[in-house]
Order: sequence, then structure tokens, then C-alpha cells
Amino acid sequence: MQNLGVNVLFEGTTIQRLLEGLLVTAGIAFLSIIIGSLLGIGMGLLRTSQSKTIQFICRLYLEVFRIIPILVWLFIVYFGVPSALDIHLDGEIVAVIVFSLWGAAEMGDIVRGALESLPKHQIESGKAIGLSFWGLYRYVLIPQAVRRMLPGAINLSTRMVKTTSLVVMIGVIDVVKIGQQIIERSVIKVPTASFWVYGLIFILYFIICYPLSKLSKKLEAKWEN
Amino acid sequence: MKNIKKILAVFFSAVILVGILAGCGSKATTETKGEKVAAKSSIEEIKKRGTIKIGVFSDKPPFGFVDANGKNQGFDVFIAKRFAKDLLGDESKVEFVLVEAASRVEFLQANKVDLILANFTVTDERKQKVDFANPYMKVALGVVSPNGTPITSVEQLKGKKLIVNKGTTAETFFTKNYPDIELLKYDQNTEAFEALKDKRGVALAHDNTLLFAWARENTGFNVGIASLGSLDTIAPAVKKGDTELLTWVNAELETLGKENFIHKAYDATLKPAYGESIDPEAVVVEGGKLK
Repeated sequence: MQNLGVNVLFEGTTIQRLLEGLLVTAGIAFLSIIIGSLLGIGMGLLRTSQSKTIQFICRLYLEVFRIIPILVWLFIVYFGVPSALDIHLDGEIVAVIVFSLWGAAEMGDIVRGALESLPKHQIESGKAIGLSFWGLYRYVLIPQAVRRMLPGAINLSTRMVKTTSLVVMIGVIDVVKIGQQIIERSVIKVPTASFWVYGLIFILYFIICYPLSKLSKKLEAKWEN
Repeated sequence: MKNIKKILAVFFSAVILVGILAGCGSKATTETKGEKVAAKSSIEEIKKRGTIKIGVFSDKPPFGFVDANGKNQGFDVFIAKRFAKDLLGDESKVEFVLVEAASRVEFLQANKVDLILANFTVTDERKQKVDFANPYMKVALGVVSPNGTPITSVEQLKGKKLIVNKGTTAETFFTKNYPDIELLKYDQNTEAFEALKDKRGVALAHDNTLLFAWARENTGFNVGIASLGSLDTIAPAVKKGDTELLTWVNAELETLGKENFIHKAYDATLKPAYGESIDPEAVVVEGGKLK
């Protein structure tokens, strides 16, 4: 019988393992996006602070994460920290920490950009009607800024989902790695295995990322009015 | 002016950061040195934990791979299970840590694994970072040729075209030792093998283990010269300075040699991939000693 390449996907527990890998990928990505966004909003507010010291520290933090590749961060936290401090963290936890910190840095910049793009008269009008500092942010600035930062934030989120494939270097088995295991196991007998496995992984990533773009479109349309 | 200030600020931040990181790095090395002096017994620690953490490959069949049911399999895994059985009394008491080729050294240095059994070739550069036990496997060059016109000795190649991959040990070996053999060089493995099938050369030289597996799947070809050139050995590795575990592994390999265990591992895992016609002696090292 002709051995169809697609059959690789249905051997043993292959599908189940790919879905488990997807769960790892999605879990790390979404936890990091949530933590990173929360921290990032704080960062963004700090970035608009008048204090030069705070601005410098925030700027340094952002540049550090922007300049040093995420892979290097994963290595520093996973391999470097244990040998320096004797603290052992699971690869998954390390991944969430690194991706959250990265998310916070980039999200902070997006929030700052959105806040600074608001016309100055918004702040002045808010102050004029007697709003407190927090009231000004709560009722005037943040609602408007959120709308402006949405495209950037969604873009960052999908980037974070895709970058999670680096975690394999610190021993976390994600959906891409499981895919490679399946391909390498079967490639001599089924040369087309990679096509089918990567095809499925493509669809799985699409399933994660597409709802994000959809959500952003919906929110943008809703807030348009 | 403002721009220059900004650039300077970023530059100095970068310098400070590099300093901090370098500081962490040097701290790490001094502490590992400190650990060496006051090292707790590594074997006792493994026994207390109840499992030995062994780093293996998950996508390099037939050495270490994951089968259709998600179980670790392969030559290295077979040996790892036996190590666990002899150290802890049960072959299930091994925790397989799936490693990548590029970060095998780091997994050992950061105590993420006790032992690496991941087709780890012994090189001088790696010896400075990890401690290798005695070898259990060897690799050398091989030469594969069509069954109709077999090449069984290097002499037969003189004045003919030999296919090699650019940048491999095969290329350097033949350029250096047999300049009168004409080489056809390719970048990719697939291209080189296709060229052999198209008869652009009389034979193809590459790592012998790869050739065994390829010849097995491609009927009409045979590895006529199974072992050629300088031998590289493949050995288990432990963290630098972990002499206790290193001594145990070496003693274990010697004991296993008495019952020809590595040959059993070969029969169970490599033979199905390499086929009957290959002499296990070209690959297997028994008792940790090269003959």
C-alpha cells in the first residue's frame, strides 16, 4: 500500500502529544502576555514621569531587553542564575519570567507612545475640571490611550506567541520541538513527514494567533464610536 | 548636542550592563570552584533524590528519539536505562532531560542533569568544560558505493571522482591524505546523496554511522569501507570536577564490557537502522577501551 505522509500524524499518541505541546506553548505565551501587559501599563505610566532618574531607569530597562536577544535572557536565567545563586527553576517558569519581563519592557514603550500621542489639551482640560492625578489617568488618559495602543499590543502578543519556540533551548518541550521529534523519527521512511507535521503546526499557531487579531479588530470597531 | 547626549547615555548604560553581566559570570565560576572543594557526594545526592537525571536527545534517531507513543528510545537511552538500574536498582528511576546539541555543555554546568548521554563526541575544546568518561562508541569516515561497482579500498578511488560534503571531516581527510583523488563537493547531504544516485561520482564519503543508516534505506548501495581516517569517540559526560560519578561511570562501563552489554544495545537499537551487513565493531566500544 502506498504510505501516505499524512499517516504520520495518526500513529500512536502523536496528535495528543502535539496538542500537549500546543498547551505548553499557549500557556507560556498567554501567562506572559497577561503579566507583561499589567507590568507594561505600570512601566508606561512611569515612563511619562517627570523625574529624570525614573525615566533613566525605565529607559535602561527597555534597552536592556531590546538589545539582548531573548535567547540570551533564557540562558542567563535558566543556566546562569542556578550556578550563581543555587536556585533551580523549571524551564517553564523561567520562560514565563523572561517573556513577561520582555513583554513589560515592550508594552511599556507602547503605552508611553500612546499616552504621549494624546493632545496636551486633554491633560489641561482634565486638570481644569478639577480631576486628581489618578482621576485624570483613570477617566481621561488611559481610556483614550488603550484605543491607540491596541494595534501595537496585539502585534506584540502575536510576536510573543511565536517567539516561545525558543524555549526548546532550555529544555522545555513545546509544539515545534514535538513536531521535530515526529519528523526526525519518521523522515527516512516517510520523506514527506515534515510537510504534514509543519502544516499541522502552522494551523495550530494560526488557531492561537488569529483570535487575537480578530479580537483587536472587534475592539477597535467598538471603540470607534 | 541633545542627540550626542542621548547616544552617550545609551552607550554608558550598555557598558554598565555588560559589567553587571560579566560580574555575574565571574561570580559563577568562582562559586563553582568553591563547590568543587566542598563538593557533596554526587552519587549520594542522586540516591537521596531517587532518580538520576540524564540528558538525551529527543530527535536524533537511532541514538535518542521519542517514539510514536511519546517514549524515549534509542542507543543512548538503552544505555542510560541500564545505568539507572545498576545505580538505583530500577531502570525506571531515570529522569530523561531532553537536550539540544547546542546547549549540552550548559545543562551539565548548571546542574540541570547529572550525566549527558547524547551522542557527545569527545573534543579538546569540550574537555575544558566538562569531564568525559571512557567512550562507548566511535565514529570514523565511511565510503558508500553502488553494489554493482563496489569500492572496498581507498586504492580503488585513485583517479576517480569521490563525492564529499563541504566542511566535513571527509573533505579535509581526503584533501590532506589523498590529493590525487578528485573530489566533488556539495553543501547539503541530500544533494550529495542525489549526486551519488546519478552516478556523478563512484562513491561518497561521510560519517560512517550516517552512511549505514542511509545505505539501509537505499537498496543497491553498500558501505564498502566502514571505517577510515582518525577515530572520534563518543562518551558520557559529567560536570567538570564530578570525579565521583565519573569514576562510577567508568567502572560501570568496564563491568558492562564483561557481559558485552554495548553490543546488546547495538543489536536492540542500531542494528534495525544499520542492517545486518555492518560489523558492530566499527561502531561499538566495549568496556570503555578502544582496541
